[in-house]
Amino acid sequence: MVNKADLLNTKQMATFVAKGFLRFDELVPPEINTAIMAEIDGGDITAAAAGTPLSQCYPPPSAIGQMLRMPQIEGIIQSLVGPDPLFDHQAVHVRQPNEDSAQGMHGDSIIDTRMHFDIQLMYFPHDVPLEMGGTLVVPGSQYRRINEMDIARYQNFLGQVNMVCKAGTILVLHHGIWHCGRQNKTNQKRYMFKVRLNPRVRQLRLWNTDDLPANVGAHKAIFTRDTNKVEDVQTILGRTEPWFENATGRLEIINRIKMWRFLTGDEQFDVHYWLTRLENMPENRELAA
Amino acid sequence: MSNLRQKVLVLYLANSALDSKVTGWSIYDGTGKEPHTTGDSDTPPYKTGLDALKAGWRVIQFPQLIPPYPNMEYTTSFQMYEFIFEKLEDAA
Ligand SMILES: [Fe+2]
Repeated sequence: MVNKADLLNTKQMATFVAKGFLRFDELVPPEINTAIMAEIDGGDITAAAAGTPLSQCYPPPSAIGQMLRMPQIEGIIQSLVGPDPLFDHQAVHVRQPNEDSAQGMHGDSIIDTRMHFDIQLMYFPHDVPLEMGGTLVVPGSQYRRINEMDIARYQNFLGQVNMVCKAGTILVLHHGIWHCGRQNKTNQKRYMFKVRLNPRVRQLRLWNTDDLPANVGAHKAIFTRDTNKVEDVQTILGRTEPWFENATGRLEIINRIKMWRFLTGDEQFDVHYWLTRLENMPENRELAA
Repeated sequence: MSNLRQKVLVLYLANSALDSKVTGWSIYDGTGKEPHTTGDSDTPPYKTGLDALKAGWRVIQFPQLIPPYPNMEYTTSFQMYEFIFEKLEDAA
């Protein structure tokens, strides 16, 4: 049973819906990091069959299991994909020293048009400096409909995030996010452990919604500085990424509104009137008379 | 055979105007001198597509403006404004 305090809050959830990822720096303690490095080096991390409930994976004394069963990590997982999700697959990524090039930009698996989403939990067991590469993610790319490596032509985007981090950092990703493993220019191997999880429940208000205001989608004066400076769900979902095209960036706000409606069940929710305007198709003839 | 090799610059712009802001970029260097790869730079090589022209790049592709397919008006996918440039440089 996950403690409410370990679940994500509404703003974290809105950030995930907008950007497609959340990062938690230095969440895992050094003793677990060391134990996991030893498991990786020993080739001891065995994968369960795809579709196995996570609670049946990595039984003690697995250090990976110990990490995944940390209350904060269970809270993150439960907030996004619900209790005891299904284990899809794991990957122990080892990038060799002094690589010639990075991995091409891609979305994992294949094109996936669901509203339901899987998460990929990435775990960095040791410090990752910039020269070592680390995962690159493109914030806000998760709703773009592309198929895997079809985007490998894209080398860099304004606002891309390089996972430069300390040991024990966790990154959770929406399955659709564009990412790649950056080039390792150091003379040390780089490790990363990833697990993909599938929800078994409808993804509806799974986080700690105590701070979800009833008027979260209320209409406000739009295109005003006063509205935009309030850091609320609408502002978080309405903030475009530096790499978005001017016009397509507005469509990404629509994608986020639809996801927020899906996650909250609130079909009236809107961000700054974008969708309400399109849904207005009046049939009132009396007023016209 | 001449020593000239093609260097290709791909710029993703904020809209269909060549002088709009660069939001993404890729470089392929046929001279073999610059080994570009994914995630190798956080700063665009030029602020706008026009700036690339001013620096001597020749534009060889403008993205066509294609109306959205019916029922796909709100679907987002690839980068919309992909401009391709080239330069010929001495490989020697
Ligand atoms: Fe990947």
